[in-house]
Amino acid sequence: MPKVTALGRPAEDAAHASVSAKPSPKPSAESAPFWAAANRGELMIQRCVTTGRFFFYPRTYSPLVTGGATEWVTVSGRATLYSYIIDFRPPPAFGPGPNVIAVVELAEGPRMMTNLVGVEPDPEQLPLDMALMVEFDQRGDQAVPVFRPVQGEAQ
Amino acid sequence: MKPGTVAVVGCAESDSLGKIPDHSALQLHVESARNALADAGLGIEDIDGVAATGNFAVEVAHAMGIAPTWIDNTSVGGCSYHLHLRHAAAAITAGMATTVLISHGESGRSQNGAAGYTIEDFSPWGLYELPYGVGGLYSMFTVPVLRFMHDYGVTHEQLASVAVAQRIWAQGNPRALARDPLTVEDVVSSPFIAYPFHRAECCLVTDGGGSVIVTTAERAADLRRPPVYLLGTGEAAESPIISQMADFTSSRAFRASSALAFAQAGLTTSDIDHLMVYDAFAHLPLYALEDLGFVGRGEAAAFIEAGHTRPGGSLPMNTNGGGLSYTHTGMYGMFAMQEAIRQLRGEAAVQVPDVHTSFVQGVGGMFMAAASLIFANTQP
Repeated sequence: MPKVTALGRPAEDAAHASVSAKPSPKPSAESAPFWAAANRGELMIQRCVTTGRFFFYPRTYSPLVTGGATEWVTVSGRATLYSYIIDFRPPPAFGPGPNVIAVVELAEGPRMMTNLVGVEPDPEQLPLDMALMVEFDQRGDQAVPVFRPVQGEAQ
Repeated sequence: MKPGTVAVVGCAESDSLGKIPDHSALQLHVESARNALADAGLGIEDIDGVAATGNFAVEVAHAMGIAPTWIDNTSVGGCSYHLHLRHAAAAITAGMATTVLISHGESGRSQNGAAGYTIEDFSPWGLYELPYGVGGLYSMFTVPVLRFMHDYGVTHEQLASVAVAQRIWAQGNPRALARDPLTVEDVVSSPFIAYPFHRAECCLVTDGGGSVIVTTAERAADLRRPPVYLLGTGEAAESPIISQMADFTSSRAFRASSALAFAQAGLTTSDIDHLMVYDAFAHLPLYALEDLGFVGRGEAAAFIEAGHTRPGGSLPMNTNGGGLSYTHTGMYGMFAMQEAIRQLRGEAAVQVPDVHTSFVQGVGGMFMAAASLIFANTQP
């Protein structure tokens, strides 16, 4: 488990220095179906059975109603760029160049943090609301969703 | 708690702030606690409640020789001390405690006796944000601002003007760490830490401590310092991870905690003379001014740029220089509270004339939690 100092860079401790690869998430009980789907190349999130609304991140109950039942649904993978920062001092595995840390809004409603691929880390190339499509970045045994701009579909 | 029935009677920081490599976090706690007891004219035997984050509640009590019968170790980031005060006021009102010490100490810069933050693999943070290279708070807490700037047409110069306004306050404060003159042009022409944030728009990283002592207004009347009365409080939580904040242009927790505090105090924004807003990064005062209702939606950036929060302005804000220029140990909220109390006692380094009420808005984690406090130097 990496440590970060209060407000600065990742702590220069032995545990972090050994992290030369991008993190490979270890699925939790609540999120196992999400990560299994990612390994099949699918973006699967939960829908509240009562309200029909999607939510993210994976949870035991729908947070939209008391103790609400949930169902897993493979979604379109389409998203738009909601906000981002460009990190000019990324952790070693994400450097040495700037790393775009984005939050995207899925077509189905929920938002998630991600990285953008296939685009320069340049604000001129990153207009908010630009159209994106999911793809997957393999991290050891686990794939993680990342997003790529869809050419000619900027909104 | 009825407004004005609980009061701060002791208030002090560690002897110095900034770079204190020979002091552990616990030493910064107890040094400020000793100073606050001396300020109040109280001894360890007078304290029956202790509040601090996590394990420090008991460690500080034991290190000081205090035997508390009321303990609060609420730990929700930098606004934890505001929640401690809120909880202490409730406990004192309920008769569960008489006189409570609230203590902060952090070796944020030197990391002497400091635990640091851990991102657990199994937490929402570890599962849904860590995989994308979030390396420090500067690369997470900052993520919402481009949406705020986009939706409200905020310019980079306006964001920079937050740092400039606070530097002007800091320049008159000998205890502020960053006092060099700073212009908007200086900020926007400097390198980015995390676009769109330049270094001066990110908080300092320092060592320091601060403590306050709170008791009943009745008891406060017999003590040596002018009481600073608590009129209203609020607390709220939103998401444990920044990506799940419901609206990147407004903090639900800011709105909820401030509404509770105003309602309890029976006051509105027009009754407030002085404002402290937790400013780990330059965008937080923009959110707070709007979410607390001091300005309308989309008006905060122009309000700050026009100088209204600077010395002589209509709403003096972050008058110690804030986390951007005064000090930021990691959980800065204690220092925002200290400055509000100094202003109400009339003993601030840069004293604002005619301050009778002060509003303190804290944030915890990254828009994870919030707390609001309203103080006054007279009983309502």
